[in-house]
Amino acid sequence: MAENRYLLNTQLAQMLKGGVIMDVVNVEQAQIAQEAGAVAVMALERVPADIRKQGGVARMSDPDLIKAIKGAMTIPVMAKARIGHFVEAQILQALKIDYIDESEVLTPADEECHIDKTGFEIPFVCGARNLGEALRRIAEGAAMIRTKGEAGTGNVVEAVRHMRTMNREIRQLANMPAEEVVSFAKNNGLPYELALEVKKLGRLPVVNFAAGGIATPADAALMMQLGCDGIFVGSGIFKSSDPVRRARAIVKATAYYNDPDKLLEASFDLGDPMPGLDVASMPDDERLAGRGW
Amino acid sequence: MNAATGSGVIGVLDLQGGVQEHLDHLCRIGAAGRPVKRTADLEGLDGLIIPGGESTCLSRLLNIFGLRQDIEAHYRQGLKLWGTCAGAILLARENIGEAPFFGLIDIAVSRNAFGSQLDSFNGQAIVPMVASEAIPLTFIRAPKIVRTGPGVRVLLSMDDYVAAAEDDQILVTVFHPELTPSLAFHRYFARKCGLHPAGDDAMGLDTGWTPQSWVRFSHHI
Repeated sequence: MAENRYLLNTQLAQMLKGGVIMDVVNVEQAQIAQEAGAVAVMALERVPADIRKQGGVARMSDPDLIKAIKGAMTIPVMAKARIGHFVEAQILQALKIDYIDESEVLTPADEECHIDKTGFEIPFVCGARNLGEALRRIAEGAAMIRTKGEAGTGNVVEAVRHMRTMNREIRQLANMPAEEVVSFAKNNGLPYELALEVKKLGRLPVVNFAAGGIATPADAALMMQLGCDGIFVGSGIFKSSDPVRRARAIVKATAYYNDPDKLLEASFDLGDPMPGLDVASMPDDERLAGRGW
Repeated sequence: MNAATGSGVIGVLDLQGGVQEHLDHLCRIGAAGRPVKRTADLEGLDGLIIPGGESTCLSRLLNIFGLRQDIEAHYRQGLKLWGTCAGAILLARENIGEAPFFGLIDIAVSRNAFGSQLDSFNGQAIVPMVASEAIPLTFIRAPKIVRTGPGVRVLLSMDDYVAAAEDDQILVTVFHPELTPSLAFHRYFARKCGLHPAGDDAMGLDTGWTPQSWVRFSHHI
């Protein structure tokens, strides 16, 4: 990928800052999302809560579905490829969507390698639990990062953990004398050159959204106040009792993330949120965030 | 009130999109930038930038935040406006196939006219009214200006479309000067607002700018 193409891809992510990206499984949901003020949609066959419930192998969505959603949207359309499945990514690139999410929500296709994203023209967003994981994905060519959280649970605890971990590691790095950076990078799996850049900037060099378990306006604002640049909502909208209101409320809460009066307004009269799952009691093999490395 | 404030402050509509990037550029030309999120933030501005982002999303947020009428009111009192990319779409009188939003400048735009993100591109051009040196241009899912009305001056014409134009009170660019090391359009807009920006476009590109410069205005740093 040419250098200017990578830059254009990081810059598209910059244009999404402050926005909410919503998972949608059909054209009707996509229209609800766009009407509510979503900044992009993620086109997929099943939201994470259903993938979790139904089990089986979760793959890239049917191109017909993605194409139909793309045709109905004025905002950017994203879709997911399995971790390491570079041919799914090639197909999504040929479909000319706007962004690929190499996602742990789908069943990984490769247990050693993520996709070499530098070999693509299309931008990628990838999940991360900590700074090392984020920088390894950026080294592979990701133009945007998101927390992994624990998708499909309606429980924000893992997204908070991942964001706090990244923030803590960035602060450590920023305050560290130069001679400690090599061992910090080695011990935490940070590509060294990118570690130096993060040290200088005091944050990730690309846009970083929150994802995984966001179910309420308060959850969205919490992640924004923790320093995220924007929000992905997966199951949280269309598994709630009133998706139209909830979608609008989460958009409003993301934009007004630091104004408690507006957050209160956004929290009234929303109906029931999606049912939540306790992550602490969840067996390891049901946790999606552990996929990818 | 706006025409003569002389406050030297230029606002950047802070709902969604490339807000920090514009604040960074304003800082580089020595202008005071102010994020505009609430009605009160509009008071005493010499100009307002409506940044790129997603036009559909921004139009919803402008309604949700109740800022639409306030911006229109300040415009009627003389506030200068600059729309980049999505901002240009929102300001256009005609938006092909859709309802216009502010409709304040007599141009027609065709939204997302180049295709998907794979069709985003860089270029450069000399824009004589703005600077004598070539200016780098960044187009991201950009619209095209396909018609300009009689009161509108074309600043940059490309193959089959107009990329930058203005009338007495409004500047529109379908590309993103805030994503490049060129400060020329920011200086041009500052002068349009009656300010005297620091530096000179004959000096060329800003050597301190990097693609990550915006992060200094990131909300948690």
